[in-house]
Amino acid sequence: MIVFWILALVLIASAVFTVTAQKPVYSVVGLLANFIALAAMYLTLQAEFLAVMQIVVYSGAILILFVFVIALLSSGTRPFEVGPDKAPRILIPALAIAVLTLAGLTVTALHTPITVVSTATTNGTTGDANAFGSVANFGAALFTTNLLPFEVTAFILMVAVIGVVLIAGDATPGAVEGRRKKRRPGVREPIVKALRQAQDDNG
Amino acid sequence: MTVSPESYVALSAVLFFIGVVGVIARRNPLIMLMSIELLFNAANLALVAYARAWVNNTGHVFAFLVITVAAAEAAIGLAIVTMTFRRSAHVDVDEVSALRG
Repeated sequence: MIVFWILALVLIASAVFTVTAQKPVYSVVGLLANFIALAAMYLTLQAEFLAVMQIVVYSGAILILFVFVIALLSSGTRPFEVGPDKAPRILIPALAIAVLTLAGLTVTALHTPITVVSTATTNGTTGDANAFGSVANFGAALFTTNLLPFEVTAFILMVAVIGVVLIAGDATPGAVEGRRKKRRPGVREPIVKALRQAQDDNG
Repeated sequence: MTVSPESYVALSAVLFFIGVVGVIARRNPLIMLMSIELLFNAANLALVAYARAWVNNTGHVFAFLVITVAAAEAAIGLAIVTMTFRRSAHVDVDEVSALRG
């Protein structure tokens, strides 16, 4: 009970910090706190595997991607100082839309009847090998009844990789050839030339 | 005393609200992308809460798929940000209008 409220407080505070931070790096730090608190929240909901995935995928992969992009884009120039945010100008419509979203979500959620199944039927608690939400339990669900969505996941990731290479790769014609031509002559060419000459002399 | 699923869903709605404010009110594309990650996380929290309430694994599987889609979205979004910066040397979503009709 008290764990829930502490985690909820951390989640909301870090989310607010993420949204209101002045620099993207601060946002990344706030997001990291948010992800870790959410992983702990998953543990209170008996979703062990998802908690681990939250740490590995979000904190380990996505946030590192953000940090690298910030570091690379900000080096040398200052592209992120783009003047004041839109917040003062459109704060009222933004808040209106967001509050409507919040109200709709909350009303819908609270009017959905939920029959809470007691912990006794979940076959143990967090940490048991065969309990609800454990790795074995999740894996059985993922690889039997939900195998097709899992395979579609692989396709989505492949499309994302191809898209990223197409978008962010150097797509100008002749980029690769130009880069090869501009390569500085290293130590390899004189040696090769000397070897060829030696072969010619011998043969 | 256990926490009711409604509390989790209400928390999820609050997090979604904060994320929506971030997407609408910020003009830095990186912070907008991070706010979108907040939206994904709020949805995931609701999914996991309902999965626990009904003791049904499908919510966990769906949350897993959402994490995958979030990873793909972050990768492509950051690629677009990188490309935009390479072209125009400043990243402001208000001034990116190359595809405007």
